[in-house]
Amino acid sequence: MKPTNIQDPEYFHKVVDCQYACPAHTPVPEYIRLIAAERYTAAYMVNWESNVFPGILGRTCDRPCEPACRRGRLEDEEEPVAICRLKRVAADHKGEVKHLMPQGPFASNGKKIALIGGGPASLTVARDLAPLGYEIHLYDEWNKGGGMMRTQIPAFRLPETVLDEEVNYILDMGVHTHFNHYVSSMRDMLDKDYDAIFVGTGAPKGRDLNLPGREEADANIHIGIEWLAGVAFEHIKSVGKKVIVLGGGNTAMDCCRTSRRLGGEAVKVVVRSPFKDMKASPWEIDDAQHEDIPIMNNMPPKEFVVENGKLKGVIFGNVRAEYDENGRRKLIPTGEPDVFIEADDVIIAIGQDNAFPWIERDLGLELGKWDLPVVNKVTFQSTLPHVFFGGDAAFGPENVITAVAHGHQAAISIDLFCQGDDVLTDRPGPTTNLISQKMGIHEWIYDSGVTNDDRYAVPHEDKRKTLANRKVEVELGFDERLGFKEAQRCLNCDVQTVFNTSRCIECDACVDICPTSCITFTKNGEEEELRERLNAPAQNTDQELYVSETLPTLRVMIKDEDVCLHCGLCAERCPTSAWDMQKYLYQVTKAGQTCSNLVE
Amino acid sequence: MTYIRPSFRHPGLPKNDIGFTRADYEGAISTLCAGCGHDSISGAIVQACYEMSLEPHRLAKLSGIGCSSKTPTYFLSHSHGFNSVHGRMPSIATGAYMANRDLVYLGVSGDGDTASIGMGQFVHAIRRNLNMVYIVMNNGCYGLTKGQHSATADAGSKSKDGAINPFQSIDLVGMALELGATFVGRSFSGDKTQLVPLIQAAMSHPGFAFLDVLSPCVTFNNKPESTKSYDYVRAHLEATATIDFVPEKKEITVDYAEGSSKNVKLHDGSRIQLHKLAPNWDPTDRGSAVNRLYEAKSKGEILTGLLYIDQESRDLHELENTVHRPLNSLQETDLNPGAAALENINESFR
Ligand SMILES: Cc1cc2nc3c(=O)[nH]c(=O)nc-3n(C[C@H](O)[C@H](O)[C@H](O)COP(=O)(O)OP(=O)(O)OC[C@H]3O[C@@H](n4cnc5c(N)ncnc54)[C@H](O)[C@@H]3O)c2cc1C
Ligand SMILES: Cc1ncc(C[n+]2csc(CCOP(=O)(O)OP(=O)(O)O)c2C)c(N)n1
Ligand code: SF4
Ligand code: SF4
Ligand code: SF4
Ligand SMILES: [Mg+2]
Repeated sequence: MKPTNIQDPEYFHKVVDCQYACPAHTPVPEYIRLIAAERYTAAYMVNWESNVFPGILGRTCDRPCEPACRRGRLEDEEEPVAICRLKRVAADHKGEVKHLMPQGPFASNGKKIALIGGGPASLTVARDLAPLGYEIHLYDEWNKGGGMMRTQIPAFRLPETVLDEEVNYILDMGVHTHFNHYVSSMRDMLDKDYDAIFVGTGAPKGRDLNLPGREEADANIHIGIEWLAGVAFEHIKSVGKKVIVLGGGNTAMDCCRTSRRLGGEAVKVVVRSPFKDMKASPWEIDDAQHEDIPIMNNMPPKEFVVENGKLKGVIFGNVRAEYDENGRRKLIPTGEPDVFIEADDVIIAIGQDNAFPWIERDLGLELGKWDLPVVNKVTFQSTLPHVFFGGDAAFGPENVITAVAHGHQAAISIDLFCQGDDVLTDRPGPTTNLISQKMGIHEWIYDSGVTNDDRYAVPHEDKRKTLANRKVEVELGFDERLGFKEAQRCLNCDVQTVFNTSRCIECDACVDICPTSCITFTKNGEEEELRERLNAPAQNTDQELYVSETLPTLRVMIKDEDVCLHCGLCAERCPTSAWDMQKYLYQVTKAGQTCSNLVE
Repeated sequence: MTYIRPSFRHPGLPKNDIGFTRADYEGAISTLCAGCGHDSISGAIVQACYEMSLEPHRLAKLSGIGCSSKTPTYFLSHSHGFNSVHGRMPSIATGAYMANRDLVYLGVSGDGDTASIGMGQFVHAIRRNLNMVYIVMNNGCYGLTKGQHSATADAGSKSKDGAINPFQSIDLVGMALELGATFVGRSFSGDKTQLVPLIQAAMSHPGFAFLDVLSPCVTFNNKPESTKSYDYVRAHLEATATIDFVPEKKEITVDYAEGSSKNVKLHDGSRIQLHKLAPNWDPTDRGSAVNRLYEAKSKGEILTGLLYIDQESRDLHELENTVHRPLNSLQETDLNPGAAALENINESFR
């Protein structure tokens, strides 16, 4: 193998598994260390810079970082660090932060931008562009900003106060809001002479289920996302005692749990596919089950049963799943008799689609497959050069953190576009910084010890209280003590092991001390074959091998990054400091940022 | 600050025939200087025992005084251990071995512990062909007492404080050969490929197996002008043969060209497979080993590898025709055969 090029900014970035997996590349270990140091405000700001909504995401993030967390790979039973809930610790315990954010009024740069839709994608664009002097006009059909974070995510998961606080940090930057304003014509918007338009209208159409009885029972059959929005705006205040929720995703979980709070006593989730194929996050399923909601699988709905014009229940078939060699699933009827389940109300939560009825098709703005706009994956530019898309509107429904990541990138493009630069070739790379953590022979700036503590569970409010009032938050969050303990579980994967070939005397000390057998000195070879003959097999090919230059004995040092604990023992044991522990800070560059005005 | 080694181990560590991973053979975290050769030898011992599927409770670690003699704390935490007085490890080993021949005895000593204060003890352990592995972690100095030249330091070698050793060195390997040791090898802490199979072969040998392992003292004796430094040793290494240890049950897999390889069968059915690098040398011929050693020395080379093995080795218990069972398992009936037996004995003297 060739020697590893550690100058490539992505090499060490990839070692920080959580940050790499985060769509916005939040510097996770950096903020976790700040929490452990009780510097909550600083921890909040590290998050705010990257993901804009730390308080919201600390409660609701889909947390792609956690399955990626190195800690979860250490042992069969070992769980990842509670990265997401630690973010909430920063938000809950922070001090005044507003003075740390860009302070308006901002000198105008003479450019006007329209943002259509007031969800996290648009808000992120506003956050990045307002301080640069852009005049921002934000349009949303509802009376407040936040998009689906407000209309869909129930208050018992995300209190309105938290949402308002973080949305207002942005709106207060001088954003011109046009609420209660549904944009019904793109042509009209184009006529308004904005320098650029960003479309962040989400995926607002809930799927329906056209089965016999659907029309007759319409009064008691609801589309999940419409129903949740109705609840959020208090147009809907109650539901029948017996409720069936159809669907196995997170929307279904929110619908069933909301039903429990609006009078639903016998609430059931019925899913046509097996439990293990359910799209909902495991923790959302747990929470639903904890609220006495049974989940019934392998039961596709066949018919809505209506008597005297009123819904009586639903008839379900029975299937089992079979998978072909490509892993493609087929649901095969088992032949068992159909099942009838009584219901006063049925909520259909089987998916969302994009819909752009308001975009005229003769504007030169191309819509492609599934009515999705044709959008560049890097620049978020549409086929009309000054129209950009992001969030769920761009590539279909995802989640808040993805919408934020899109927002940052779209803002860069809009800024480049408005300044007459090329949106693709003039994009800035990330900023990186690698700093030695050495303080003494056995002393590092970071806390290098590795605790054995198991993941701490977030305490919950009493179930009687939360079911009685849909606005009572279920999770209480970590207090400072639990937050500290959980923070200590982080391995500091951003503190990199950096190897200096010319210093190594090949004494083997690092090999012998490394607890997880990461390091091997051996003859070089091809990657596949090398992975087999290292001191411990390197079977996780998602993780890189760090290969040195050739050493005097004609061998190379090979480090498998997979389960390195970042404990620093290799560097402590190295007599010549050929190993050093160096903190790698990787930051995604934001719109308008140059080296001189970067934070920290 | 870390003097604590995390308890996580690689989740994919392979298991040996008795279901243990390498981690089951580890000891406490070392307190030796960072980069000390002795730690690598500890690592090689761990690797050797793991690969041989040795049950840790079947091994006893014995040592004297010195940085080297501290190392038994840093490997095989689940084995027996005795840290004796300076230079007196062979006496303790002799006593332990006489009392219980069922254990594997691993003695760890230093060049000071062996070639100075413990020389008399060392010599007699060889003479008695005690069934043990005797490793000298040889750094040419007294590491623990801050680096004074030891008796194995070569004349002219320079230590960290600049002192040049005026005296001739004692070559422990040459001495062991001369004294009739039944297994003699030399290796280097920085060469586990050679050291691990050598330790395995030594543990399988019934009799006194001596290993002189050059082991640089990074703190006091690692100047380029020292003949026990990493650089010097690496530059002057000369191996008798590459060595593979093949346990009893395993097939020999490496094939060497006819004539250059030699298989040595060990007492317990395991084999040592050698790919000879040195001419005019036969590991089972003591004379050829002595000659080869002399030749290498006169050329300024450090000869490593297996030097000599006596396949007919008869150890102390065999020579003394002593009881097979450990003393602590002998019952009163074994120890007191009764009046009739005494009568027989008395009769034989009449
Ligand atoms: C029930 C449910 C629960 C969810 N829970 C989570 C969760 O816990 N965590 C998570 O990360 N994600 C969750 N999501 C997904 C998440 O809400 C979205 O992915 C995210 O909000 C998308 O952001 P966005 O900025 O693209 O658009 P949206 O948040 O969808 O905002 C778009 C806004 O534009 C408005 N709009 C649309 N068309 C027009 C128009 N023509 N004129 C004016 N306004 C318009 C919409 O009404 C909406 O307010 C959930 C989604 C649902 C449905
Ligand atoms: C009876 C006695 N004399 C002297 C000493 C002091 N002493 C301790 S260690 C040592 C030398 C150790 O040298 P070596 O065996 O080579 O071990 P190293 O530290 O080099 O590994 C001496 C002389 C002692 N502990 N006991
Ligand atoms: S923002 Fe979400 S995805 Fe990113 S690190 Fe945090 S919890 Fe993970
Ligand atoms: S920091 Fe060094 S010693 Fe610790 S696990 Fe990683 S490679 Fe091994
Ligand atoms: S003083 Fe020398 S022998 Fe002792 S631990 Fe340090 S390096 Fe090793
Ligand atoms: Mg010594």
